[in-house]
Amino acid sequence: MRKVHTQEITKNIKEMCIEANYYLSKDMDYAMKQAFETEKSEIGRKILNQLQDNLKIADEEKIPICQDTGMAVIFMEIGQQVFFEGDFLEDAIQEGVRQGYREGFLRKSVVKDPIQRENTKDNTPAVIHYSIVTGDKVKITVAPKGFGSENMSRVFMLKPADGVEGVKNAILTAVKDAGPNACPPMVVGVGIGGTFEKCAILAKKALTRQVNEHSHIPYVRELEEELLKKINGLGIGPGGLGGTTTALAVNINTFATHIAGLPVAVNICCHVNRHVVREI
Amino acid sequence: MDKYINTPITAEKTEELKSGDYVYITGTIYVARDAAHKRMIEALERGENLPIDIKDSTIYYMGPSPAREGQVIGSAGPTTSSRMDKYAPILLDLGEKAMIGKGKRSPEVIDAIIRNKAVYFAAIGGAGALLSKCIKKSEIICYEDLGAEAVRKIEVENFPVIVVIDKNGNNLYETAILKYSNY
Repeated sequence: MRKVHTQEITKNIKEMCIEANYYLSKDMDYAMKQAFETEKSEIGRKILNQLQDNLKIADEEKIPICQDTGMAVIFMEIGQQVFFEGDFLEDAIQEGVRQGYREGFLRKSVVKDPIQRENTKDNTPAVIHYSIVTGDKVKITVAPKGFGSENMSRVFMLKPADGVEGVKNAILTAVKDAGPNACPPMVVGVGIGGTFEKCAILAKKALTRQVNEHSHIPYVRELEEELLKKINGLGIGPGGLGGTTTALAVNINTFATHIAGLPVAVNICCHVNRHVVREI
Repeated sequence: MDKYINTPITAEKTEELKSGDYVYITGTIYVARDAAHKRMIEALERGENLPIDIKDSTIYYMGPSPAREGQVIGSAGPTTSSRMDKYAPILLDLGEKAMIGKGKRSPEVIDAIIRNKAVYFAAIGGAGALLSKCIKKSEIICYEDLGAEAVRKIEVENFPVIVVIDKNGNNLYETAILKYSNY
């Protein structure tokens, strides 16, 4: 058994919220630079160039890359040999988010109730996904999610007979409908299988995978490559103003499912695809 | 084509703007998003006046991140315009002439743009740090309780936007895609 104090969780989550909003991760940064090299449209190149300037200003002046600093989504992978001492774990996580959004001058974008809509003024609560894993470490992934792209995400409950072609159509439909609203170039996170809620979580988790990494399952990897090519052939381009860079990556996660179903979730993220991972 | 214009953006000025033009705006503009639009329309429904001078106004759909000490404003990029589609035709009919946001607009908004010789600009989504540099002054003029959604009056200098829908209803989101589409 290993003891972890919840103060350590709070401190890390605070720092991770700030880090995610000021600096793009290395994989995303590289993908954005590559996109500028390969983009064919003049206006698309101009936009990608301005997005490079934007990243530089955010980094140097400690201004959030985007004013929508997101709703904080946090994946907690907790080794089953870990014992938490201190506060209730969930309170410690929310406190980290609260401190990060306050001290980092990040926007408070969360309302307490979806209908009554009163701002909580500290960006809590975060959406937290817990899982118990082997070992004695805690792996934390902080992925603040902006809602321009979140609003364009979809779940499709396909039939088994729809097969892989149905999956491809679902993904292309979601991306086409998202168009300029999702701040392309986007990253497309896809979950296939499981149940209604499982495929959505798979899709969200897929967005936290490095954009230069593919699935280890050969057919899934091929699907990722094929769809990226097809999406970039849609012509949407940077800012949705026409071009050859509509997506930087398609990340697909799969899971077992029921004999009667083929759930597909498409979680779209803008070019500010934020994900910071720490293991403590 | 690159163009430089000053506010107020009048019907005379929108005459010169074509879908696809790259435009740098200088002058005073208002900032309002979801909750502020809802309140403004509710005020009108109660027979009250709008808190902003709507004639020939430009409204930027934006909710900034907080400013640090010494900063005019925090990150300040556009939000998705379609959420304002329900309210925009009413404001356009009252004299609003330009909207700045990102993303598609409804047929009702496009009709109102044509009817009022207005214009819809897109700013670069996700470039909030860069765009904040073009904002020289910022003051909250009403609905302060809405936090990031309060109505602001801001002074911009060479604020970069692209004409998406011009006064004739030409829509860059539809035309530009065709050029690079091979699917």
